[in-house]
Amino acid sequence: MAMTITEKILAKAAGKRRVEPGENVWLDVDVLMTHDVCGPPTIDIWKREFGEQAKIWDKDKLVIFPDHYIFTKNPQANRNVEKLRIFAKEFGVQNYYDVGTDRYKGVCHIALAEEGYNLPGTVLFGTDSHTCTSGAFGMFSTGVGNTDAAFILGTGKIWEKIPESLKFTFDGELPPYLTAKDLILKVLGEITTDGGTYRSLEFDGAAVYSLSMDERMTLTNMAIEAGAMNGIIAADETTESYVKQRINKPYEIFNSDKDANYKAKYQFDVSKMEPSVAKPHSPDNYDIVRNVKGTRLTKSYIGSCTGGKLSDFVAAAKILFGNKVAIPTFIVPASTLIAQQLDEETVSGVSLKQIFENAGCLIAQSSCAACLGGPMDTVGRAVDGETIISTTNRNFPGRMGSKKSSVYLASPLTVAASALTGVITDPRDFI
Amino acid sequence: MEKIVKGKAFVLGNNVDTDQIIPAEHLVYSLSDPEEKKKYGHFALSSVPLTQSGLPMGGIPFITGQNSTSEFNIIVGGTNFGCGSSREHAPFALQAAGVKAIIAESYARIFYRNCVDGGFLLPYETTFNLNKKIKTGDELELNVETNTLKNLSSGEIFSLRSLGDILPIIEAGDIFKYARHSGMLE
Repeated sequence: MAMTITEKILAKAAGKRRVEPGENVWLDVDVLMTHDVCGPPTIDIWKREFGEQAKIWDKDKLVIFPDHYIFTKNPQANRNVEKLRIFAKEFGVQNYYDVGTDRYKGVCHIALAEEGYNLPGTVLFGTDSHTCTSGAFGMFSTGVGNTDAAFILGTGKIWEKIPESLKFTFDGELPPYLTAKDLILKVLGEITTDGGTYRSLEFDGAAVYSLSMDERMTLTNMAIEAGAMNGIIAADETTESYVKQRINKPYEIFNSDKDANYKAKYQFDVSKMEPSVAKPHSPDNYDIVRNVKGTRLTKSYIGSCTGGKLSDFVAAAKILFGNKVAIPTFIVPASTLIAQQLDEETVSGVSLKQIFENAGCLIAQSSCAACLGGPMDTVGRAVDGETIISTTNRNFPGRMGSKKSSVYLASPLTVAASALTGVITDPRDFI
Repeated sequence: MEKIVKGKAFVLGNNVDTDQIIPAEHLVYSLSDPEEKKKYGHFALSSVPLTQSGLPMGGIPFITGQNSTSEFNIIVGGTNFGCGSSREHAPFALQAAGVKAIIAESYARIFYRNCVDGGFLLPYETTFNLNKKIKTGDELELNVETNTLKNLSSGEIFSLRSLGDILPIIEAGDIFKYARHSGMLE
């Protein structure tokens, strides 16, 4: 029987020849990822359940990236990082990337890609809803809570219900005023914040395969904003080249069968799409930029696993080049590698870092930062009465800090154009 | 497992996300320390917009003053309850505040798993929008054996979806107890 890519990967991990949507299976997990917010409670549950004999099922398969509340004076947040540090030392966890050392990476989902943990055909679970980001590598990845993670930590196994699949095909050539963010906001507008619940979102089409890995990760990253279990893009030469530059490990490429069964199929011609936003207070509150242009803003923010990758900063720099921002504008590279690349990458012969500094932006250190508000001293955190335009993933009430703030989600091009004018602006005005 | 859950209803709308249930700034507290656990109860549902808090009237705080538990212990929601983050702190915070069950039209996957696998709350589903038929403060009686909900304040009885495949995990208590019970774990 024909299967989708997600069904094939899950069948393999379940040790079965075939699986069907709705079936509950136990999976063998290839990688478990956790961070400073959910790692400490996961470890506590694991110790409670397995007691003195608690053993990590496979030390090489556990990866810990502190990334959420890093540059803060909050004592409980710092205590959580300290707990991870002690745990890694006590149990000999090699894949621990400690704060305050050269090994510190920043936002987990991007660091997983950079450090070679994302391998086509594998199964990755993480204690973070945006773990679905890794699906850009033709693998199954999804978020779980602390209890499920503690179960995996001790056993290497977890139950999952095989999801139905939705297919999104993007045809045509992506115009220079659009990015992957515009595509995924469109998808969210179509299927809403629960249209993907217990489902897999599969992306394909010429426009998707023209994207870099950075941009593909923007698509799969926001699958969770539709409630999806996972987002996935089958691996191609771009994927293989990215992986091989980082790691020498075997992997297996899966593709959906031509006659595989989908709950629904959607088709878009990207040449007809427009720069878009998600209006407050939901990622599915879709509109085109033209309909909200002129909306007054207090701040702009370019960062996070969704919108703080190198490709996002290159896009923003093209618009900010030679201009000055009209409102406070925060640049938060997702990872320390990206922070370094801001110095190395150039647009018109000038480094991205120089372009941002000349434009009057504030460049912050790599972490999740204000994407999810965080402790009161978090850089860029929303305060009462603010209207922010941001490349991040969620604009729920209070998500970026104050619940008396409003957030518009948009592409790095739209955010940069709006930063220059202080009102929501169509990037085509600057391209 | 309790077969009958009685309590006062707290009614919410659709798409109650985990940032509303427990805002991210509070995720720093320990979940195993009894004193710090109270903070999760105190801040439960603290980012729900006031107009949506305690429907149909709205404007009703879930937690009053310095309390860490609520007088309401059954949540009635709409669609996509618990969407957003994977934070298990969300069902944990509701449990810390004294909530025993949620009855909603649908749930986000991770929140639902966390409720069940962590053994925090009973997540019941309805096939219709119950938050139009129950008012905040109504006295409810949930019967786990018959999958019915009685509104003691109005006398109406509603049938709920069976808990289905996950009932054995709920009956066992959590995923670890289930795995031990079924012989998966020693």
